Amino acid sequence: MRFAMEKNNEQTGQELLSLANKLRWGLGVDFHDTIIASVYEDASRIARKAVRQEGDRSSYHLERRIDELVTSRTWGFPIMLLLLALVFWLTIAGANVPSGMLASLLVDTAHPWLRQLAGSIGTPAFLSGLLIDGAYLAMAWVVSVMLPPMAIFFPLFTLLEDLGYLPRVAFNMDSLFRKAGAHGKQALTMSMGFGCNAAGVIATRVIDSPRERLIAIITNNFSLCNGRWPTQILIATIFIGGAVPAYLAGIVSSAAVVGIAVLGIGFSLLVSWALSKTLLKGEASAFSLELPPYRPPQIWQTLYTSLMDRTVFVLWRAVVFAIPAGMVIWLVGNVSIDGTSLAGHFIHYSTPFALIFGLNGVILLAYIIAIPANEIVIPTVLMLTVLHSGLGGVGEGQGILFELDAIEDTEQVLRAGGWTLLTGINLMLFSLLHNPCSTTIYTIYKETGSLKWTIIATFLPIGLGLTVCFFVTQIWNLFHTLI
Amino acid sequence: MSNQNCENCPVHHVEHLVRLGIAMDRVDYVVALAGNPNTGKSTVFNNLTGLRQHTGNWPGKTVIRAEGGFSYKDKRYKVVDLPGTYSLLSTSTDEEVARDFILFARPDVTVIVADATRLERNLNLALQILEITDRAVFCLNLMDEARRHQIGIDTRTLSRELGIPVIAAAARQKEGMDELISTIAQVASGSYTCKPHRIKPRSAPLQHAVEVLAKKLGESFPGMPNLNWVALRLLEGDQSIIEAVKSGGLGQLSPGTLNLNI
Repeated sequence: MRFAMEKNNEQTGQELLSLANKLRWGLGVDFHDTIIASVYEDASRIARKAVRQEGDRSSYHLERRIDELVTSRTWGFPIMLLLLALVFWLTIAGANVPSGMLASLLVDTAHPWLRQLAGSIGTPAFLSGLLIDGAYLAMAWVVSVMLPPMAIFFPLFTLLEDLGYLPRVAFNMDSLFRKAGAHGKQALTMSMGFGCNAAGVIATRVIDSPRERLIAIITNNFSLCNGRWPTQILIATIFIGGAVPAYLAGIVSSAAVVGIAVLGIGFSLLVSWALSKTLLKGEASAFSLELPPYRPPQIWQTLYTSLMDRTVFVLWRAVVFAIPAGMVIWLVGNVSIDGTSLAGHFIHYSTPFALIFGLNGVILLAYIIAIPANEIVIPTVLMLTVLHSGLGGVGEGQGILFELDAIEDTEQVLRAGGWTLLTGINLMLFSLLHNPCSTTIYTIYKETGSLKWTIIATFLPIGLGLTVCFFVTQIWNLFHTLI
Repeated sequence: MSNQNCENCPVHHVEHLVRLGIAMDRVDYVVALAGNPNTGKSTVFNNLTGLRQHTGNWPGKTVIRAEGGFSYKDKRYKVVDLPGTYSLLSTSTDEEVARDFILFARPDVTVIVADATRLERNLNLALQILEITDRAVFCLNLMDEARRHQIGIDTRTLSRELGIPVIAAAARQKEGMDELISTIAQVASGSYTCKPHRIKPRSAPLQHAVEVLAKKLGESFPGMPNLNWVALRLLEGDQSIIEAVKSGGLGQLSPGTLNLNI
């Protein structure tokens, strides 16, 4: 209360306002412009006095030339896709070996040791199953599968960001989003979504118009988040890479992942367009986007922040969610009714339905268990597959979430579970097009404050995913009947 | 017993600096960081507070107001990193967040972070901020880039024109940060008196209208530092200012009582 007002607040306020109204009549209509003009004049005068330009501005010219290239109509998009593909290729190629090493340490060595320890101190079988075969293994799997790709992907992505490339992406995408009736800044929030959808949803605060902000929030889920990158990369490596000669496998599977990411951008545009024509009608509003100068990234600081802020943060979240989910998986795999586990019942009844969409009951159950975190879809799928198809001699045995140290073993399990190239493709599509994780759903609710929009944002992608998978499956089957 | 020369030495100052991160109970001064988008406000923020708010090279990265603190020579400072804006005159949400904070929350010092390679455009915002507040420091950031582009800036001329201290800095290299902190302290304690540049309305009727209204405002809200600006905004029909006048809340808001709509 630094400037306490006299009594009769309201009366004084009204007097002031009517005085302002009276005075306003005496002024021209364009006095707002004259104020802005005086600001600009003064700024320009002061700048002229204080700034000396020494030498030429050749460094500016170089930046201009780079900008002309990366934002050109012809080269803008190819360069963007190439950079994305390069980042994924480095991630796929670089993550395999450290992943295997972590798995052999955490799973092959530490897990039997823990079980032995539990056995020697006489832990009841139920407890050691729940804690060691459920919670611990889920956590170990998430760490070994997610840590290496994230430790490569996030610093690379952050480097692109620090360099100043993201606004150029937004610049390239702007006209597309505007044609879809959305805000150009949605290109930026979409890019944030590639890291984490919850972060992307919060980032939509840069969009002023509520209509366009809602569109950006609902479509953010079509940006593949880091929880889904490992799924995409693994399935692409097994089924897409496996369908071509070995020397092409790396490039083709990278291309498939880029393809899914681009498809996601396509859906983002399509859904934005559909929403702005139906539920959220309106014109796109204008905004100015400044292309910042290219700044040499500070390599060490970038590595540090991207490791601490993103990698460790996301990994921690994944671990926190994986532990209870691991217990749930162990429970549905081991609690039986009439001699069949809960998971077995679900898979049995849902598989006929799932087959219409080229998926299977295992995948559906995995997506239900993995609602808290997309990261644990693959471990859940593997455990349930082994359990259901009754494979012997793989991993630790039935009802245990396990790690397979080589991609070939994963492939062996999935193929034995009846998986085909079609299942692989549909899983990749469904991983792109399904409900956001629970954190994102909660964030959407907090940001929109509306149950209705939260429900739409949650179920719209599932509907789309099932539709797309349905058509892909039917067309695929049609071709197979014809050939 | 204190030696004047020692007190002016940056090394001496650093010894009095404790970065508080987010531990900010009991603050003596509130410092706001304002400026155009992508001028390095978050980098300056991190340098002052020792926090590691993620910085990125794209405009509009800071959408949430970030807060942190530091303590310097036994005084505790709360630092608020505002979203970057180009102007305070239009009505987009991020501009309102920045403007309302400077206007209603009344920070003790507003640090205007500017891009040295784009001085003229950054001055547009700086001049608007100086309309609202009396106590500001101009942090001429990205001097490393200015040097790379062979742009020279006469900080003394700039300081004289703006009427506030000007600190040349390169926050990413931590250049100029010690000087910035000691200058913030001087402005906060009032040992440096700012005489901010004020824009003179170019037309006589406008000047007259502003004077009349400002005088009346001064009677209702004694001690307000930015009467002319508020008068101008009232003449322009600024809704949030009208509301604040109507409710009498214009003079009553103090740091902490304002729930910013972000």
